[in-house]
Formats: sequence, C-alpha cells, structure tokens
Amino acid sequence: MSFLQPLLSGILTGGVYALAGMGMSLVFGVMNISNFAHGDLMMLGMYMAFFAFTLLHIDPYVSLVLIIPTAFLFGFMVEKLFINRVIHHPHQNQILLTIGLGLIMSNTALLAFTSDPKILTTTYSSSAFNLPGGISLSVPLLISFLITGVTIAILYLFLAKSRTGMALRATSQNREAAQLMGINVAKMSAIAFGIGTALAATAGALIAPTYYIHPLAGHSFLLKAFTICVLGGLGSVVGAGVGGIIIGVVEAMSSTYWSTDWKDVIVFVLFLAVLLFRPQGLFGKKGGE
Amino acid sequence: MLDIQNLNAGYGEMPVLRKLNITIADGEIVSVVGSNGAGKSTLLKAISGIIKSTGIITWNNELLHTLKAHTIVQRGIVHVPEGRKIFPDMTVVENLMMGGYLCQKDCQQNLDRVFTLFPKLAQRRNQLGGTMSGGEQQMLAIGRGLMGNPKLLLLDEPSLGLSPLFTEIVFGAIRTINSSGVTVLLVEQNVYQSLSISQRGYVIEIGRIVLTGTGEELLNNQEVKKAFLGM
Repeated sequence: MSFLQPLLSGILTGGVYALAGMGMSLVFGVMNISNFAHGDLMMLGMYMAFFAFTLLHIDPYVSLVLIIPTAFLFGFMVEKLFINRVIHHPHQNQILLTIGLGLIMSNTALLAFTSDPKILTTTYSSSAFNLPGGISLSVPLLISFLITGVTIAILYLFLAKSRTGMALRATSQNREAAQLMGINVAKMSAIAFGIGTALAATAGALIAPTYYIHPLAGHSFLLKAFTICVLGGLGSVVGAGVGGIIIGVVEAMSSTYWSTDWKDVIVFVLFLAVLLFRPQGLFGKKGGE
Repeated sequence: MLDIQNLNAGYGEMPVLRKLNITIADGEIVSVVGSNGAGKSTLLKAISGIIKSTGIITWNNELLHTLKAHTIVQRGIVHVPEGRKIFPDMTVVENLMMGGYLCQKDCQQNLDRVFTLFPKLAQRRNQLGGTMSGGEQQMLAIGRGLMGNPKLLLLDEPSLGLSPLFTEIVFGAIRTINSSGVTVLLVEQNVYQSLSISQRGYVIEIGRIVLTGTGEELLNNQEVKKAFLGM
C-alpha cells in the first residue's frame, strides 16, 4: 500500500483533532483552566448535528450554521454561571468542576438519548474520492477537512486582527495588564469559553457522519484533545493545530503499518516523549507549563 | 483631583496599607517613596482597582474603589505596572493598540504622540514586545499607558533595573508627559530622581505615610537623606 494513503487520511482526521485541540488550548490560554468537559461538548455537537439531520432534515455540514452560534451561547452561559466562580481557585477545584460538568452533560445525554449508538447516514457517508495511484479519500472526511481549514482561517484572522481577538490574546499573555488596558477580562473569559465550546461542537458535528454517536463518545476525544494541547504547548492555538495533525498522522500510520489496537499506545508514547524531552510542548514557552 | 482617605488594602488577610491619606491635585507630579515592601505598589493597585480596598478613594468627586478595574481606566486613570508587564507575543504596535483599547477618537493622534516621545518605538514598531530590552520595554509600557489618554498616570517603579541612560530618558519623558497636562503619581525607589521632578512627595513606611512635603523639602530632610540617600 502506498505511503501516501495513511499520510493523507491521517492529515484529514488530524484536521478535526486540531479543531478540538485548538478550542481547548484557547480556553487554557485565556483562562488558565483545563476544560475536562471539552469532550462532552464535542458529544453535544455530534447530537446537535444528528438531530438537525433527523428532525430538521438539514445536512450535518450545513447545520454548522446553527450549531456554532448555539454552542457559543451555551459555552458563554456555562462560563458565566459556573466556570468564572473558580477562575482564581486552585487547579484541582477547576478540574473537579469541569469534570463534574462533563459528567452532568454525558449522563443527561444518556437519560435523554439512551445508550444506543446513533448513526448519521448521509448519501455520501461511505463514498470515496479516488486519486491516481490507488489512493482513496473518504468524501465526508474531505469535506470536514475543508470546513476545518476555513474555520481555522477565520479563527486566525479573528485573533490576529479584530479588536476582541487581540484583547483575547492580551488577556492570555498577561491578565493583570489586560485589565489595566480597560479590557473586561471576565467578559473575555466568557467569550473564550464560548469560542472553545463552539470549536468543540464543530469538531463533533464534523465527525458525526463518520463515527458512532454516543453519550460517552466525548471521553476518548477529551484525552486526544488534551494530548494535542500538551503536545503543541498548552495555550498555544497554533501549536494545537499542528499537534492535531501530528496525532492524526501518527494514528493512521500506526494503524496501517502496525495494528489498529496499538495506535493509542503509540500516541501516548509520543505524548510521554514530548513530556520528557520538551515539557513546554512544541510551540510552548519555557516555564509556560 | 484624587483624594484618598483612610485607605486599607492588602492581599488576602494580610493588610499592607493602613489608614493611608493622600491627595493629588490636577497637574501635579507627586512621588511616593519608600523601601521595598512599604506598600507603594499596593497603593497603586488599590487605586486602579486591581486589588480590593476599604476606605475612600474619590476621583473628581466620584467614588473609585467600588468600581471594577476596567471601568476605572475609562475614567482616565491609567496604571503602568511594576515590571512593565507588556504583552510579550504582541508587536510594539499591537501593544500600543491594546493601550488604546478604549480609544474612540484621536487614536492615531495618540499613537503619533507616543512615537514622538519615544522615537525608538517607531523604529521597532513590528518587533515582538518580549524580545526588547528592559529599557525599551519600559518605554513601551509608558507609551502603552499614554494610549489610554490618561488624565492621571500611575507609574510603578519606571526606572527599576534600567541603565542610567534609560533612567534619564524615562524621567525626561515623565516631565514631558506632565507638562502636556497629565497628572502623575510616581512610585519609586530612585528617591533622588523622583523627588527632584516632583512638586510634592510622600514617604511611606510599613503601610503608613510618615512624612510629606514638597519635593525639595523632602530632599533636604535629614531623615530622608539618612534613610534613602546615604548621606
């Protein structure tokens, strides 16, 4: 089999991982909080896409137009109601709170949607796009990768150029100084959490047509998103983007050349190696951890 | 004018400032001098709302200490913090733009004003703040403060860790800023330099004002000479 096949599929899957990781990294950067509910927010995105498809008959990719603002508002409210109460507290309190919120979300989903996995089948779910050389790329993965690219470009422009985006970066670089500039840092935290939630839900919706939709589906993605954040450097949005692609490619390569059962092992060995040799992450700052 | 009465402030349960009284009239440069840990930075943080305080702080007859930090900036009180605290991964221009975050009009004019005061910042406009030297970062921190169009500028140890050359530049800039109509509250360990450019000064010790007078009176005071000037 061609070397290009796992490389390209890895990059396509990695794009979605990148999206999930970037949301988590942005939240960490601005708020200095590790959001352990991130995977469950992804799961909510999967269900939103599922119900938009089954109840409203909207294509899962088109439904992002509804999912993104809904998820942003949801995240904004969750921050205002819960997260901002622990923002000056020790990390263990913050972790307990976000894990708790995640458990409430996944268990509410279990109650409401049962533990039966749902499958979102579109007309193109199993179709593939064939390239010369016997390489075939899954059409839904290809579409989701394109959407991921556009989303990341918009996020980048927002953070680089807009007034609010710059204020978010300033808050993440020095919270106290940001306050002295007249930036309402409490509002920035809520906006960051809203964007993080929207990115998680987008990633969830993007994988909905290719994965089983299940109330506990978020848990494996939480671990992945966290690994990606640490790999890229906690708080570095660019690092999370690169980290996501790396994890995607490593997974695809190890499944192809070794065994699917071992792919998680390889990912975590890589994770440990980064922690050992470059604890600040690929794009992190020394002492930033 | 800024009027501080019976100010108590600190971190957690630890009081740092005790029943402090200070007034600053419009157009003045006022210095607060004292040794490390006397409460100088705490005073500025209490005024700018970074830490909570009790007592009364009024600014042009409006109560300040009940407001949040970002709304105090809107009143024209800008705090340039100790250690400069510039945004390391932002360029010089981006740092200045953040200083003008609340700016609605005359923003370009403010930028020109900063570049005239510190021409070096104009040359380095696209350099990342974190890669600049201490002296350049201090210019950037003061410039960033000016972008907020201050009526009252709170400066915390602007000469800390600077070479004599940069110290001269910074104190010169403070005079220029003041002569353009900005009231300045200067907190310094460089007692001689700061009292020399101040109309009035306060000496603070373990959270209390122990001495006050004009800059010249304090410079000639025996105790100030002994404690701070090594004479």
